This record gives sequence, structure tokens and C-alpha cells, in this order.
Amino acid sequence: MSDDLDDLKSAFGAATPAPDAARRAENLALAQKNFEALQGSRDTARPTPVTAPNGLWTGFKNMLTSMTSRGALTATTALVACGFLLLTDTGQGLWQEGDFATDFGADLTAQVNNEVGSSSAAETTRPPELQPQVTFAPPASAEPSGSVDDFALNQNGFTEDLFFGDVRQQDRSWVSAGDLEADSLDQVLRGDPSFDDSAVTARRQSTPAPAAPRVAQSEEPPSVAEALSDDSQFYWEGNLSTGESQATGNGLEAGAYFEITVDEPVVMLEAIPSAAPQTPNTEAFANEAPASLKITQETPVSTFSIDVDTASYSVMRSSITRGILPQPDQVRIEELINYFPYDYPAPDAGEAPFRPTVSTMQTPWNADTQLVHIAIQGQMPSIDDRPPLNLVFLIDTSGSMNQPNKLPLLKQSFRLMLGQLRPEDQVAIVAYAGSAGQVLAPTPASDQASIINALNGLAAGGGTNGQGGLQQAYAIADQMAEEGEVSRVILATDGDFNVGINNPEALKDFIADKRDTGTYLSVLGFGRGNLDDATMQALAQNGNGQAAYIDTLTEAQKVLVDQLTGALFPIAGDVKIQVEWNPAEVAEYRLIGYETRALAREDFNNDKVDAGELGAGHSVTAIYEVTPVGSPAQLSDPLRYAPAQVAESTGEMGFLKLRYKDPGATDSQLLTTPIVPSQGASSDATFAVAIAGFGQLLRDDRFLREWGYAELIALANANRGDDPFGYRTEAVQLMRLAQSLAGDHTPSEISR
Amino acid sequence: VTDQDLALAAAGGDGQAFASLLDRHYDRLFAFCFRVTGRREEAEDLTQDICAALPAKLAGFRGDAKVTTWLYRVAMNAAHDRRRRQATYVKASDGWGDWETNRTAVNAETAAQLDWLTQAMTQLTPDLRDTLALVLDDMTHADAAQVLGVSEGTISWRISEAKKALKALKEKEDVA
Repeated sequence: MSDDLDDLKSAFGAATPAPDAARRAENLALAQKNFEALQGSRDTARPTPVTAPNGLWTGFKNMLTSMTSRGALTATTALVACGFLLLTDTGQGLWQEGDFATDFGADLTAQVNNEVGSSSAAETTRPPELQPQVTFAPPASAEPSGSVDDFALNQNGFTEDLFFGDVRQQDRSWVSAGDLEADSLDQVLRGDPSFDDSAVTARRQSTPAPAAPRVAQSEEPPSVAEALSDDSQFYWEGNLSTGESQATGNGLEAGAYFEITVDEPVVMLEAIPSAAPQTPNTEAFANEAPASLKITQETPVSTFSIDVDTASYSVMRSSITRGILPQPDQVRIEELINYFPYDYPAPDAGEAPFRPTVSTMQTPWNADTQLVHIAIQGQMPSIDDRPPLNLVFLIDTSGSMNQPNKLPLLKQSFRLMLGQLRPEDQVAIVAYAGSAGQVLAPTPASDQASIINALNGLAAGGGTNGQGGLQQAYAIADQMAEEGEVSRVILATDGDFNVGINNPEALKDFIADKRDTGTYLSVLGFGRGNLDDATMQALAQNGNGQAAYIDTLTEAQKVLVDQLTGALFPIAGDVKIQVEWNPAEVAEYRLIGYETRALAREDFNNDKVDAGELGAGHSVTAIYEVTPVGSPAQLSDPLRYAPAQVAESTGEMGFLKLRYKDPGATDSQLLTTPIVPSQGASSDATFAVAIAGFGQLLRDDRFLREWGYAELIALANANRGDDPFGYRTEAVQLMRLAQSLAGDHTPSEISR
Repeated sequence: VTDQDLALAAAGGDGQAFASLLDRHYDRLFAFCFRVTGRREEAEDLTQDICAALPAKLAGFRGDAKVTTWLYRVAMNAAHDRRRRQATYVKASDGWGDWETNRTAVNAETAAQLDWLTQAMTQLTPDLRDTLALVLDDMTHADAAQVLGVSEGTISWRISEAKKALKALKEKEDVA
């Protein structure tokens, strides 16, 4: 028996042609196109009558459903219909013929003594193609009724009720003519048990059966009987009774029949794709391996450059708020710490532009080690007499910027910043995509309208010729520069340079050349997905600049409004820090963070070597974890053959040296201070330590022992301080989120 | 990557996943369309219908059915729609008659087989043809039942009906 089927199968195997390749490609493309088209949010489906529009009827229906004042329309329509039926021969012919009129007449006779005869009639079945039925009773009496004497009874009387029911339910809407008084008709209808209000309401709610989204071809088949469900069909009646003074007690009913047909089951509408299409993630992050423990005997000197960037914090925040723990490489602990404003002691007038403060404290995560907290607070020069600014906005308008959190956020951010500028400041805008172009010639900041117009005119598209843009921006900045003014290029990008120089190393050289012209560079990162943090770092670190990552308008406000002065006015250049540890006091030490900022020992005194800039009012924090000599926490064993030769203890743990240049100067100046144990630390310093712990939890927690998120949150909460802008509160929230995201695992385990 | 993963990713908006899913199944879909329609051009058009409608249907894919079952259900519905659009299925079964003229290119041996196939398929009711179109693709009766929305027993019954019809046809041939 199954031979037959096998025969059939082999016959089909032989007969089935290969699909046409061209058609195949075409069909696949069509599918893909429809797929893309569906990814946006869909309009709510609305019930649509699928039956072919039926001229007059459709118009009538539309009039009743879509125009305002349904009651009035119904009434006037009814009135006209009454007039037609009563006053024209044709109309009278219509109702005087047929069973209904006869029956009605008979009933009416019986009811003649009633003051009002009212009728309502409905066919028990009403095929969709029927024109609206307007039936009414003949004049009941020549005498106006006492209770119903004007044209319309009143709004209640000529009920504006819309009865929703399906076809099978219709019979009960038959109301025998003349049985009722017009006033009570409405109540009777309502009183009908199968027709109570709740049923009406329920049906109303359930009726708008969504039609399936119409993505298939336009020649979709018309309604399909099998697809009709109860809910997809409803009956609408505008039931009204009305009368005229000379035709008292006429009831008339207008019925409308709607059929809503759903092409296919509605299930698919429930799913609204929430995930955006996946685009390849091309993010690159700059980081070095986490700093390892140093043995004081072997490498007593630690040298690094300050870092006032904050990008890593915002990137971390954007990751965590999206529900993902940041990759360890995305976390640069010093940028997390330096994100927050601290209230460290500021230098007095006439001193160096910044003041270092050193404090030591117990390590929260290790009872046997100490933390050395080095705080550098820059002075806040009086803002009133600041020099005029020349700003060149260098804006990436490449195709990759075409996302809500990139170009649009950038425009908003710059608009915020404009409010901070003074009339004597100048702004120019250079946009770059495949090619670079000046969008706005240098314009005084007082002309906000022109600047905002130019910003609004920017649209994204094309490749990213970052190098061309930088060249042009620097050229314009040179033109704008005058004696005593500060020039700065503000580069806003997602960092995805794909035209011209796109190698961070080559860009470094290019920027290093430009830095000598005295123009500063700020890099603002936007968006995720192809954020090239490595390039941004390379630019900012080598362009005498600062990198910030702007993920929200709030962050834009922090960077471009609240801390704008610091971001735009450098008070010290090439600030380097060198610490020499005393082997007599400190057995081992470890710098937390600053891996990308490490300098060679000899670079400290070499003024050619670039380092970080300190802006007005900036504070920089560096934290060392040190193991005192003789502490049980010491991780390295003493050497057997080269025993330590320890100098006499002086009580100093180490010696801190700072080098900096005044803005524009070429020779550095030196600041020194010994590091001595202090009693306790301010809560500001402790909060910085908490953030350092957070960074280590996210990046590499091998030195943290049992210390985890719970301890971290307690420590951060206890030291939040004033927190007027809520930054620290937000940090605690992020810690709590990270704790949940990390679950029972430590983040480093998850990420490996 | 399983079909299931692809389909779920595509339902979530992953265009790449959708493309590879469709690419994977296109030929099979086409063969199915051919079995249902019996004409090459018809099959191409039907496949196009399916491709056009698939993205919208996909959004409703929950992963509770096998991808192939679900896909065939979509295809079967599209075939039914198409058939309806062609006013009557008489016209659709005419396809099997027209086919006669379109098979000039194939060799004589298959030609005989095709004749038989044409004849056989024309004899069957649309229900039986649909059922066969599924079962011939090595679908289990249970899966075919899911696609067609009937019980498994109905499928088995239809298959036996189809076999009966084919057998009768064969006997008629043998006699002739």
C-alpha cells in the first residue's frame, strides 16, 4: 500500500523543478524588506470593514461614526428620512406596502387610545448589503400628544443608544410597534434582559478586533468567512424614536450593520519586537593590565600622569543601566574616582595652582594594609575675568552618529553649553563625515540663533574622516586665536574614525603636533555600539585634553554646564606625580588605577614628556594600597640571598613629588611633600576609596578578599556627604544594580 | 544554530537571523508550494506570497511549535488564501491539466511518471492533496495534523483515502 505513496513521492521528486534563482533572490529580498519594515513600532490595528465599500451605505456609516455629534446627525438623518417617507409619494409607497406596515397598522388601531404610539422595528436578519432601514409608524393621531409634543422628544427620548450585539442576538430588539409609549421605549429596550448595559459595554470593548497588519501584498483576499469570529462581527443600531408635532409618536429606527472581518487569527499582534536589530559591536576600549603589586625594595618609585577624564564612569553607567556589567577593560578606576567632585582643601591665593593633600587610612578590604590617598585640588580662578574662549565644535556627522543617543543628544548638549558662554566668546562649527566642512564660520556666542540653526542643520550620513575634521578644526582654531584667549577644539564623536588616520598610534602623533600650537582638545564620546574609546583616549591624552563620555543629557549638563569652567580653562599642564616609597616603612605598594597613565621613572623630570592637564577647580585623586613592613598581609617573601638593606626609619612612608607647567609654559615646576601617616581621612576621601573598591569589583577583585558589594554599598552610603548634584547617590544605585547583575558571582568570574 | 534559535531571534527583530532562516528553508518551501499547486509559476508566486507574509507571522512565533511545522502552517494558509483568491479551486486543479503542456522539456521516462502524477493528483480532493503535500515531505501525521488544524486521525484517514484513490487509479491503468 505504501508503495503508492512511495511512487508518488519519487514522482514528485522527479517533477519538482528547482526554484528559479532570480525569483528566489527577489523573494528573499522582499521578505527581508518586509521584515525591516515591521521592526518599527506598529500602529495599533484598527477595525476595518473588509467588505467592499458599499457606496451610499459606507457614507452613511462614516457620517455616523466619524463625525461629531452623533446624536444630532442621527436625528437629522432620521428627520429627513421621515420627511421623505411621509411627504413623498415614493416614500409612502414604501411603507404602506408590505407585511410590516399592515401589522403595524393593525396594532396601531388597537392602540389608538394611547396617547402616543411609538414603534420600532427591526428585521430579524439584516443582510449587510441592505441599505439602512428607516421605518416608522404612520401618524398615530391628528392630535398632538401631551407628553410628546415637540419635534424630538429630547435627548433621552430619541435615544442615542448604540446597541451592539451580534446578528444572532437581534431578534430581541424587535419591539412591537405601538406597544410602547415613546418615553418608555428606551427603558424597555434597555430593560430587555438580553440587552443590559453591561452586555453592551462588554461587547463594545470586545468588538474592535484588530485586523492583522497588512504587510502581505495589497491584493489581500477579501473577507473570509471562516475567519469570522463572534467578536469580529457586530451589529450597530442607532435606535431612536422621535416624533413631530404633526406626527406624534413616530418611532423610527436606523440600523447599521458593520462587519469586521479579520483576515487571520490575531495572535501575531501580541508580539511587538522590542529588541533593536543587532548591529555588530565594534567598541574598542583602551586599558592596560591591572596594576600589579610592587615590592618597595625592587621598585621604590611610582610615576604616573594625572587623569581628569570621566569617560569610563559614564560608559560603566550606561552598561549597568542597560543591565550588563561592563567588560573589565572598560573600567578605568581612576576615571571612576575622578568623575566625582570632591571638596578637598583648595590652594590659597599666591600658591601653586593646586594643592596636594595626603591622608592615610585603614584599608576597608584588608585589615593589615593601609591606603594612601593623594588628593590634588586645583584652584578655582575667578570666573568673572576669565579670558575669552574660542571654541571649535568638531562634530562627527558620519552615518554611525545617526542614533538618538548620538547626534540628537549632541545637539542638545551643545545647546545647553551655549547658555554658559559669554558674548565675547566665539564659536565655530566643523562637521565631518566622509569629508570635513565648516558649517559655521567663527560667530560670537551672542548670536545664539545662528549657532543653534547651524547645529540643527546637521544630519548624519557617510564615513568618518576624523583626521580631515581635526585638521580643519585646528586650522580654524588657529585663525580665531588671539593674544590672551583660550582656544579649544571640542570633538564630539562616537570615535569611529574610518577614513584617514584611524589608528590610535598615528592619531597620537598627529595630535601631538597640533598640541604645540597651544590649542586644547576636549573629546566628548557619544553612543554605544561602535564607541572607540581607545581612539578617544589617544586623542584626549595627547591633545592636552579631557575625554568625557556623554550618555544622557544629565551627563551633558555635568560636563558642559556645571563643570564647564574646569573643562575649558586649564590651570596647570603636564601634571605628573611621582612617589618614592620608603622601604623601611612600606614593604609593598599598589597604585589603584592609572594603568594607562603610567610613566617611566625618568619621564618625571623630562619636560618633553606629555602628561595630563588640570582644569580650573578640578580635583584628582590617586590611591595607593600599601603594606607596612612586618604586616601579615605582605604577599612577597623576603629574599634569602639579597637581604633588604633598610635605611633608618624616619617615620615617613614615602615622598610625593609633583611636576606641573603653568599653562603655555615650557618649563615645569616641582612641588614636594612627605607622606606621613595621618589620623583618619575625610568622608570625601573615604567615598573616593569606596569608588576605588567599586572599580576593582568591576575590574579585578583579587586584592579585595571577602569584601564585596554589600560592604561597598555600606561604605559608600556612609560617606555620601552633601552630594548636592546627586552624583554619589546615583553611584550607590549603580552599585546596587551591579550587585544584582553580578548575582552570586564576582564580576571578574562572570566576565572571564 | 538551530531553526528554533534563529526563529526566536528573528521574532525578536534580528534581521540576520531571519535572513538565514529563510535561506535555509526556501527550497523546501518551494518544493512544498509546487506539490500544493502543481505548477511551477504558481509555486513561485505562492512562495513569494509566503516570503512577503512571513515577517509579520514571525512576530507571533513563540517557539511552542517546531519551526518547520509552523512554517508549513504559514505556507498552507498562504496556499489556501491563494486558492480562494483564484475564485474557485476548480481553477487551481486546472493547473494539473495545464501542466501537461509545460512538461515538454522533461525526458520520456519521467514524462510517463508525470502523466501518472498529474492524473493521480487531479483525482484527489484538495484536502487530500494538501495532506499528501505535507506527508510526502516526511512529516509525521501528528505534525501534519498540527499544520492543517485537524486531528491526527483525520490525517491518517486522509492518507488511507489517498492511497485508496491511487490504488484504484493503478488498477484502472493495469486494466487498460
